[in-house]
Amino acid sequence: MIRTQDITKSFGENEVLKGITTEFYDGKPNLIIGSSGAGKTVLLKLLVGLFKPTSGKVFYDDVDLFSLDDEAIREVRMKVGMLFQGNALFDSMTVGENIRFPMDMFTKKTAGEKAKRVDECLEMVNMEGVNDRFPSEVSGGMQKRVGIARAMVLEPKYLFCDEPNSGLDPKTSILIDELICDLTYKNNITTVINTHDMNSVMGIGDNIVLLKDGHLVWQGDKSQVLETDKEVLQDFIFASPFLRRLREDALKQRHAHD
Amino acid sequence: MVIDNMLYNLGRYVTLLRSSVARPEKFSMYYKETMRQMDAIGVGSVFIVLLISVFIGMVTAVQFADQLGDSFVPSYYIGYIVRDITIIEMAPTITCLVLAGKVGSNLAAEIGGMRQKEHIDAMEIMGVNTAAYLIMPKIIAAVVVIPMLVAISAFVSIIGGYISTVVPGTISHTEYVLGLRSFFVPRYVFMMFVKAAVFAFLLTSVSCYMGYYVKGGSIELGQASTNAVVVSDVLILVFDFLIALLLT
Repeated sequence: MIRTQDITKSFGENEVLKGITTEFYDGKPNLIIGSSGAGKTVLLKLLVGLFKPTSGKVFYDDVDLFSLDDEAIREVRMKVGMLFQGNALFDSMTVGENIRFPMDMFTKKTAGEKAKRVDECLEMVNMEGVNDRFPSEVSGGMQKRVGIARAMVLEPKYLFCDEPNSGLDPKTSILIDELICDLTYKNNITTVINTHDMNSVMGIGDNIVLLKDGHLVWQGDKSQVLETDKEVLQDFIFASPFLRRLREDALKQRHAHD
Repeated sequence: MVIDNMLYNLGRYVTLLRSSVARPEKFSMYYKETMRQMDAIGVGSVFIVLLISVFIGMVTAVQFADQLGDSFVPSYYIGYIVRDITIIEMAPTITCLVLAGKVGSNLAAEIGGMRQKEHIDAMEIMGVNTAAYLIMPKIIAAVVVIPMLVAISAFVSIIGGYISTVVPGTISHTEYVLGLRSFFVPRYVFMMFVKAAVFAFLLTSVSCYMGYYVKGGSIELGQASTNAVVVSDVLILVFDFLIALLLT
């Protein structure tokens, strides 16, 4: 489990996060949602230690991340996989080399063992047979899946995804969500996803944290999203008249059913 | 304000260098990266170094031949002057100024591009010490390979001087070779290699620093690349003077 305790983060005069205290649970997809500029990416980068908080603490299973020295932080990070918004695949390496890179750097596996693990990871994300292609030679959705495969190669305990659906069509977005979800449940990993995709919220939001202007304003799961009257949540999730009508219809049907 | 900024950058540069001196996560990966950089910096720069060096030697020889034209100074001095000026100054300094432009801007753009595309963040998340993995192999490669390039440059410059004076008949082959063999001071060769190693370290570390901390978009990346060349060039000239003071 990952826990934050009264996290604040400022860049100069600009306070981006204002006292975030929350928990991200094991074996579940945990979603951080909020409009652009709400502080989602900053919180995610803080959770993985790319930013240091101005004040407050981040605990990985009761270990305070920022009390550790650089070497110990690197050891924690070896249990972390991350999918970046822009995938961050190394352009000069093939898909196979990208996935193999963490093993080359940190394991003593033989070339055969590494090749086997690369194939396993590609199979995990339904991308068999693309080992020798370069990232620029595959589609955006496939790049996301390669990014997930690379994040999973060292069997991480924690998986972070920064806007995994950005730039993808709705169908591919759902496939990526399902893939992340499957991996989370199957491997019992703590997954934290930063998104503003409403399909993701309603589809895989087992634990949802809503940020607004750097404050945590709501936390719950997807089943509570329809029911809650919290205005800030409704304004964000059901932003368009069309979505508001859908919500009303869904609620009517549910009440009629009850 | 300018001094504050300089001190801030100096502090950050020293801190970055300190973090780049660390035990490699895996020696073989660092070795492979160092070899790749040696190829990129060394082999990739041979042609431009040869081209510049031959012309420097030719111009130096022609100019001195002209200066000494009607004087009582023996004409074999042309060989002697070309040799010394090449070894002491032209080969290390001009070669490294050119390499600051070619290699330095390339390194700043490469690392800066990695920063912008979140490749550096991705490596950090994997647990890689990016300062060490991305910078140290480049510095080691440059400090090994650039002195070799400088030695080649000195040799080719001397040949350039020969071509521009002996071939047209300004002086004879014997005179030029006599000049090359006269008044030789081995310490100058040592000084050439010291300069080459120091300049190689400066141009690589400064360029990596500029790229590593780049922020923003393509305009900032271009600025970082330009700053890498400008700052490296200025530092090369300053250290050229300091080394001359210390070793002369």
